[in-house]
Amino acid sequence: MPETIHLPMGPQHPFLKEPVKFDFDIQGEEIVGARMNIGYNHRGLEKLCEDRNYYQCLYILERICGICSHSHTTAFCQATEKLLGLEVPKRGLYLRTLVCELERLHSHLLWLGVAAHEVGFDTLFMLVWRDRELVMDALEEISGNRVNYAFNTIGGVRRDLSEEQRKKILAILQPLMDRLEYYANIGSNEPSFEARIRGVGSLSKQHAIEMCTVGPFARASGVDRDARRDAPHAAYPFLEFKVITNEECDVFGRVLVRVLEMVESCKMIKQILDTLPEGEFVAPKVMRRVPAGTAISYYEAPRGEDIHYVRSNGTEKPERVKVRAPTMANLEAACESVVGSLVADIPIAIASIDPCYSCTDRTTIALTDRRRGRRVTTWGELRQYGIDWYRRNRGVHF
Amino acid sequence: MNALKVALYVLVFPGFLFQSGFSTWLEWLDRKLYARMQNRRGPMYTGWGGMLQPVADIIKLLSKEDITPVHADKGAFAFMPLLSLASVITAGLYIPVWHLTHFNSFEGDIVVVAYLLAIPSFALFLAGWFSVSPYSLLGGTRVLTQLFAYEVPFFLALLTPAVMAGSWRIAAIGSYPWTSGNWWVLPVHLIAFCVAVLTLQAKLERVPFDIPEAETEVVGGPLTEYSGKKLALFRLQKDILMYVGSALVACIFLGGFAGGLWLGFVQLVVKTSFVVALLSVVRAACARIRIDQIVTFSWRWLAPASLVQFLIVLLIKAFGATS
Repeated sequence: MPETIHLPMGPQHPFLKEPVKFDFDIQGEEIVGARMNIGYNHRGLEKLCEDRNYYQCLYILERICGICSHSHTTAFCQATEKLLGLEVPKRGLYLRTLVCELERLHSHLLWLGVAAHEVGFDTLFMLVWRDRELVMDALEEISGNRVNYAFNTIGGVRRDLSEEQRKKILAILQPLMDRLEYYANIGSNEPSFEARIRGVGSLSKQHAIEMCTVGPFARASGVDRDARRDAPHAAYPFLEFKVITNEECDVFGRVLVRVLEMVESCKMIKQILDTLPEGEFVAPKVMRRVPAGTAISYYEAPRGEDIHYVRSNGTEKPERVKVRAPTMANLEAACESVVGSLVADIPIAIASIDPCYSCTDRTTIALTDRRRGRRVTTWGELRQYGIDWYRRNRGVHF
Repeated sequence: MNALKVALYVLVFPGFLFQSGFSTWLEWLDRKLYARMQNRRGPMYTGWGGMLQPVADIIKLLSKEDITPVHADKGAFAFMPLLSLASVITAGLYIPVWHLTHFNSFEGDIVVVAYLLAIPSFALFLAGWFSVSPYSLLGGTRVLTQLFAYEVPFFLALLTPAVMAGSWRIAAIGSYPWTSGNWWVLPVHLIAFCVAVLTLQAKLERVPFDIPEAETEVVGGPLTEYSGKKLALFRLQKDILMYVGSALVACIFLGGFAGGLWLGFVQLVVKTSFVVALLSVVRAACARIRIDQIVTFSWRWLAPASLVQFLIVLLIKAFGATS
């Protein structure tokens, strides 16, 4: 029996793009235990939203994630529109969906590059990211920005699409489809790449359902679940598309699911541009005070199902905004799926969920009432604790 | 006069100065080709087309802070870069380019070179071992595991031309097609050449065999704790190892560097660059494989392939086709 070594990975490690802590117990090269700890990137955005009005919240929620920024604003807008009982013009829905699908394309291309880099296939990484520029250019054409598009607004979108822009976006689709075919071919036929992704990070269908996984990660384990079809939102009810699933249950399946999903996205973008309805793109009059109530909105972000919960108390500001980003649902399952595999498989197995820790990070503080032995903290104590902590550890005086 | 020549041989050409200069140039070539194959431009600004970038990198590293971990064995930690650099430079002296005497070209020098080229791997393992950090330790054991995978096919591949030439002297093996007049033996060694290039890639720890220093898995492998001067020496050692390895393969399989100082020099540059270009293509076309996969790959494919090559050579010799 070889000795068990504790191998810490993170909060800073080359395979991580954002801070998170993994602790692995290894025997030789085999992993026998895995634990993780999030919370290194917590920014308190949900709390910030409570001090802003609904329009200002959009700018904050857009910055939850750098990759799927449009997802979070879409989910939030949908929830708010539900509270307002607002009908979004059809052209607005179509344009919103157009950016959604372009975002899915660029997110999946980014992921494919990162996955290739995790297994040392830097050539694929460089080529994929070159082709991703096509999508970035299209997004810049539509919104003026490459990353945070600021495209959504409550009741529709902020900009219209001109005929010239429509043609420009149509022109990138065919070259992109050709490249995607090439990558699907590399993913399934390049022997050294295939050797690294086949059978790695296995997650059975049963396990995937039990662990509540979402998105391409779940679909690669054969779970036929997609919020675009199951909880219709935006313009998806008007579009034809297939939900891609795969029975491989490993990283190989996840690569294929994502590449084929990109092909579907290209087809959807073509449909949207071909059948773009005429008319208004934003609802003309939106009340600033939102009626009291609660709303939940589902949205299929590139990484999986994104859920926003908004509670309103009848004022201009939301009382509570709660975000359940897809990584939160997938991370536990990914961490568990590496047990039993080799150290070399850790980066690609973890990266196969396309983790986004800044979406996910939460803090939990459990303070014990020493005197009475209760785990209870009043709001004032918590506030005082925060002030003291920052004074002690960061030298910040409020 | 002879003493001067020996001094020039050891210090200037093809000794230390030439090895350092040419090997950094080869690194530039490798980086540039690799970048072009990935649709990038590679080094651009230092020197013509970024040619001095590898030198600049090493100079910069030399000027950086040199940190030794608290728990590391200080002496061994500092000694390992020197040991590995010294062994590869010594191995480089036996590349037969110019002024061959019984000091640098003798019967059996191929074994000496193969032995000297194995030392850096052990030095790397020990460097990881003495650094005392989980990543170094893991990287160090991977170095050793990988060594057992590629070393035997590498030796077998190198020795088949030796058997063909009937000599264990690198210069004699290299010039055999010329001296014997049997030009056709060059393409016969194709299998061994491929095996030699692949195992050299493994020796150099480059993609797809860069398992010991896989960045996304074990950070820097055995070199994780190294910094400053010591890391610079390790980098220079890796460059020179690439030069010596490619020159050795070029000499043995591509017809040697005969023809005096100038002609020999030109042949050395062209043939070595060719081997390095092959190494870059392999590096660009693959993903990194796992440690269990390289062991399987070596013993299932590379070792039998070199044995088949051995058999072919023996049959050719047995039927007297070379006489």
